[in-house]
Amino acid sequence: MKEEMAKEVRLTPIRNGTVIDHIACGQALNVLKILGINDQNIYSSISVGIHVGSSTLGGWKDIVKIEDIEIDHKDAERIALVAPDATISIVRDFSVAEKYSVKLGERVIGLARCSNPNCITNKGEPVLPEFRVVSKYPVQLRCCYCDRILTNVSDNLM
Amino acid sequence: MDLYHKDVVSITDFSKDDIEGILDMAEEMVPYARGEKIKRTLDGKILGNLFFEPSTRTKLSFESAAYRLGCDVIDVSEMSMTSMAKGETLADTIKIVDSYCDATVLRHPFEGAARLAAQFSDHPVINAGDGAGSHPTQTLLDLFTMRQAKGSLDGLNITLVGDLKYGRTVHSLAQALTKFGMNITLVAPESLRMPADIIDHLEAEGCHPVSTDSLEDAIAQADVLYVTRIQRERFPDPSEYQKVAGTYRIDNALLSKAKSDMIVMHPLPRVSEIAAEVDGTSHARYFEQAANGVPVRMALLNALLGGELR
Repeated sequence: MKEEMAKEVRLTPIRNGTVIDHIACGQALNVLKILGINDQNIYSSISVGIHVGSSTLGGWKDIVKIEDIEIDHKDAERIALVAPDATISIVRDFSVAEKYSVKLGERVIGLARCSNPNCITNKGEPVLPEFRVVSKYPVQLRCCYCDRILTNVSDNLM
Repeated sequence: MDLYHKDVVSITDFSKDDIEGILDMAEEMVPYARGEKIKRTLDGKILGNLFFEPSTRTKLSFESAAYRLGCDVIDVSEMSMTSMAKGETLADTIKIVDSYCDATVLRHPFEGAARLAAQFSDHPVINAGDGAGSHPTQTLLDLFTMRQAKGSLDGLNITLVGDLKYGRTVHSLAQALTKFGMNITLVAPESLRMPADIIDHLEAEGCHPVSTDSLEDAIAQADVLYVTRIQRERFPDPSEYQKVAGTYRIDNALLSKAKSDMIVMHPLPRVSEIAAEVDGTSHARYFEQAANGVPVRMALLNALLGGELR
């Protein structure tokens, strides 16, 4: 119990906002990227823990805490692309008001590029890349245009 | 099956019944394709033929099919002759062409181009080859040729040989073969093996293709030997092409190990992978195969554009 607390205080608890936990190691910054969060569009603090001890993810995980912003289920769907094991906790006044696991939908539109350089979606056409979800764990997407399977989603985020 | 106003982008969009229905209609089209009977079921219609990559058989057979049915054709054969050379997107080009005709046939160097074109077109779009992607009408005429020769497609042993990585015809064909329970053997050099996602698709459909690099081992059991050219133009590195060019060559000595009624097919053009001496044997079906492009494409155009044959 003491050890759990010690781990937790490495990232300051937030009063209000969202905690994204159980992110696969190395994916924390991709989670922020897929949420479209950057220093130009956010006015509250973000804490990022990389390579934090975890009992469930083979020893290590990443964690992200975003103050004063509650992400919605649509955002959680996006996170599932790069962190399929992640959990979302909505925090209000230091208490967890809501907690759920991320879940990928059936289609992914405009979030990742097709890995096929010869796919028409990579040629400046006025369309968003679109994929059908073939497998949610591990994440595998099939391009709706060229049919290529995309497995390394985090390397192809838009 | 109602194909009226449908797009023909991938063979995977069609069920086994759909495919058999098209082949039946193609059978009816044979005397019209040969000019023995005349019926202008598509009189007053216009087909847009956009070929942004070289083509002889596909382009001409679509034109022939259209003219045999009384349909006029407008065409573009080079990207440099269009506004795309000025930087226009394919989407804009397609919207314009779509407003000039009743259906568009598209060959394009990029995978997924036909799917995109279908999205921006009100009229049917027919994929005539999109990069290394698919070539569904070639698949239909391949199946038509096999059915003609063998009577039925069910349970045949087929060996696909050559460039299985970049060859779009074999990608589409392999996906269609699974619908007929065919046994597939894949023969290719290591660097030109069938892409993993196509293999996954075949496996998911319950087909378990056997892969080998030895054509001699595969030929004895084959009912159909489907040969493809190793395509120089698809290799990013010419030295990689030189390593595999001429790997397989079909000649009479090799065919002596095959079943007497085994047929040799090839989407053409061939370079050196089939010796000219094979042309005169009963095995050779590639010229009939190319000719079958006309009745099959007539059947398709007629169905898409609502022509009444009877």
